[in-house]
Amino acid sequence: MTPREAILGKIKSQIAADPNDAGRRAAVANRLSNAPRGVIPKRGQLPPAKKKDLFCTKAESVQATVDRVTSYDAAAKAVSQYLRGRNLPQSVRMGQDQRLESIDWAKTPSLSTDTGPSDGGQPVGLSHAAYGVAETGSLIMTSGSENPTTLNFLPESHIVIIHSKDIVGDYETAHANIRKHYGKGRMPRTVNMITGPSRSADIEQKLLLGAHGPRSLHIIVVDD
Amino acid sequence: MKITTPEFKSNAVDALANENLQKAMGHVQVGFIEKRKLAADGLPEFEALRDNARDIKDHTLAHLDLYLEAYSEKVEESGGHVHWAQTAEDARNIVLDICRNAGAKTVTKGKSMISEEIGINAFLENNGIAPIETDLGEYIIQLRGEAPSHIIAPAVHVLKEQVEEDFRAEHTHLDIDRNLEEPETLLDEARTVLRQKFIDADVGITGANFLVAETGTSVIVTNEGNGDLTQTLPKVHIVLASLEKITPTLEDVSQILRVLARSATGQEQSVYTTFSTGPRRETDVDGPQEYHVVLLDNGRTNMIGTEFQEMLRCIRCGACMNHCPVYHAIGGHAYGWVYPGPMGAVLTPSLEGVEKGGNLPNASTFCGRCESVCPMRIPLPKMMRHWREREFERGLNPVTQRWGLKVWAWFARRPRIYAMGARYAMRAVAMLAGRKGSLTSMPMAGGWTKYRDLPAPEGKTFQQQWQAKGGS
Repeated sequence: MTPREAILGKIKSQIAADPNDAGRRAAVANRLSNAPRGVIPKRGQLPPAKKKDLFCTKAESVQATVDRVTSYDAAAKAVSQYLRGRNLPQSVRMGQDQRLESIDWAKTPSLSTDTGPSDGGQPVGLSHAAYGVAETGSLIMTSGSENPTTLNFLPESHIVIIHSKDIVGDYETAHANIRKHYGKGRMPRTVNMITGPSRSADIEQKLLLGAHGPRSLHIIVVDD
Repeated sequence: MKITTPEFKSNAVDALANENLQKAMGHVQVGFIEKRKLAADGLPEFEALRDNARDIKDHTLAHLDLYLEAYSEKVEESGGHVHWAQTAEDARNIVLDICRNAGAKTVTKGKSMISEEIGINAFLENNGIAPIETDLGEYIIQLRGEAPSHIIAPAVHVLKEQVEEDFRAEHTHLDIDRNLEEPETLLDEARTVLRQKFIDADVGITGANFLVAETGTSVIVTNEGNGDLTQTLPKVHIVLASLEKITPTLEDVSQILRVLARSATGQEQSVYTTFSTGPRRETDVDGPQEYHVVLLDNGRTNMIGTEFQEMLRCIRCGACMNHCPVYHAIGGHAYGWVYPGPMGAVLTPSLEGVEKGGNLPNASTFCGRCESVCPMRIPLPKMMRHWREREFERGLNPVTQRWGLKVWAWFARRPRIYAMGARYAMRAVAMLAGRKGSLTSMPMAGGWTKYRDLPAPEGKTFQQQWQAKGGS
């Protein structure tokens, strides 16, 4: 008997499962295919403009900073201004996300950009979020060459651009959107739900920012 | 890991006399409780979510075999591997094989209680592979050669001055005159030292908060980002998870996430919730080339279908210990194994046997705070009582205790004699106490009167008062 058979057999005998299992199998198939949404907090169920406001407020409440711009081209300038305000180098590493590539970075000549994952040598990472979740100000990032996962974690500072139409009220809606995009039962290699910059309270319960991930998280909401 | 639970009583006495520990435990009592309350009160649906979280896990446990089958099929479909481990030893050997196949010299680790349960660090070291803990708290206790004393705040028993000593002893390549007085500078130093280790590691080991049957995904929930660096940078990612981590769908995970962080740290959401499915894809430019899940049983299937099944709903948030007066007094190490506090008092005898773990269910005042804050509504006091019953049935508790209970039972079954005895005993104690109204010592209660006076009973017995009120 393989370990797998032993473990599954043990569970069946402890449950005293009916050998043909038809009812239990139907219950499992039903839940997996219908994925009931459960209890959804009212706080995120808002009209789009208010949803966006809640997202920004919640993100700021967990020490992210938020900027709002009216076009992708304006986002380039916002990135540069943010870096200057923080005394950070005018240099960002990003992935091949089409929305980021559509920006005319040359219009902001002080800022240099390059493309690829991070190997730890880049001070600033720039990504585009797949979704934002208003109820807790969380960003949903999906892996791939468009937005490499290492950019979310290795640079000291992380800047994330998000389009206001991608802000949803609750986690369940974000998951439903991912499912629609990638197909039922499929996921990108990594989905990162990010709520504020890295932190730790492991020394005497004192909360400090910048443990191993980025010390700062700056979100730019594009509303065009 | 060696279990010292049978020595619980002397462990607890030592803990009460340990000044550093007592100082450090003060931080637990203040922070966690207030933060959890604020977070729970801030979400009107919190109680309804607790109900639903309980129902989701109950449904999952009733269909666990089928969800495990569905989950493992999905993992394989996404290019990952599932390894089934019946015992801790099986799990250790599986991990070692994967590390050897990868030619691993160093292994970075995200925080994982399963890795503590199977004692993987010592095992890898004995086999020439260096494990490096990367969660700040885990890193601190690894340097100290200790076990975690809390399931989400492993170094909660350590003072910052002790961390400074440990860092100075370990990081000898750094300037000897550097200032390490504040937690900020200690954190910065750990960040710098560990950064290169993340990049150099051959294998990254993480735990899992959830395994999603719908998609074959493992989920970790962290604040530091160390778990993500651990699983993204090396060429091999190993997930260590016990089989009750299975959750049917992404929606079900979302429901439980809403009660997890709020109950644990009082955050509305932890900083990083990461969903991992299989190894790096063709369209990826980073991420591991291999993805392995080690599914551990280690005694959990024995709990299914028994009065201890509900314990398998536990999501390891730590709220029960954060609210436990016994845990506050003695810290986590006195419990003697991996899991402390009320959840440990139920789980330790379940996994390690009541012979070794039987002391723990007795380390409770049954005040009920643990159950009242448990996000999964696990009836912890009821299950501790079940263990006490089993311990008594098997004659495992001390002779004096058994004899005392027998004497009490003899009286309890004879109400008239009991009432009379109580009246006389009350008068006798009151007389001994004299005008002061309290006793500074009392035979057979020396442990109690050593720290406080025993107030003498006044007035009438409960039964007399009850009768006077017309109760029956």
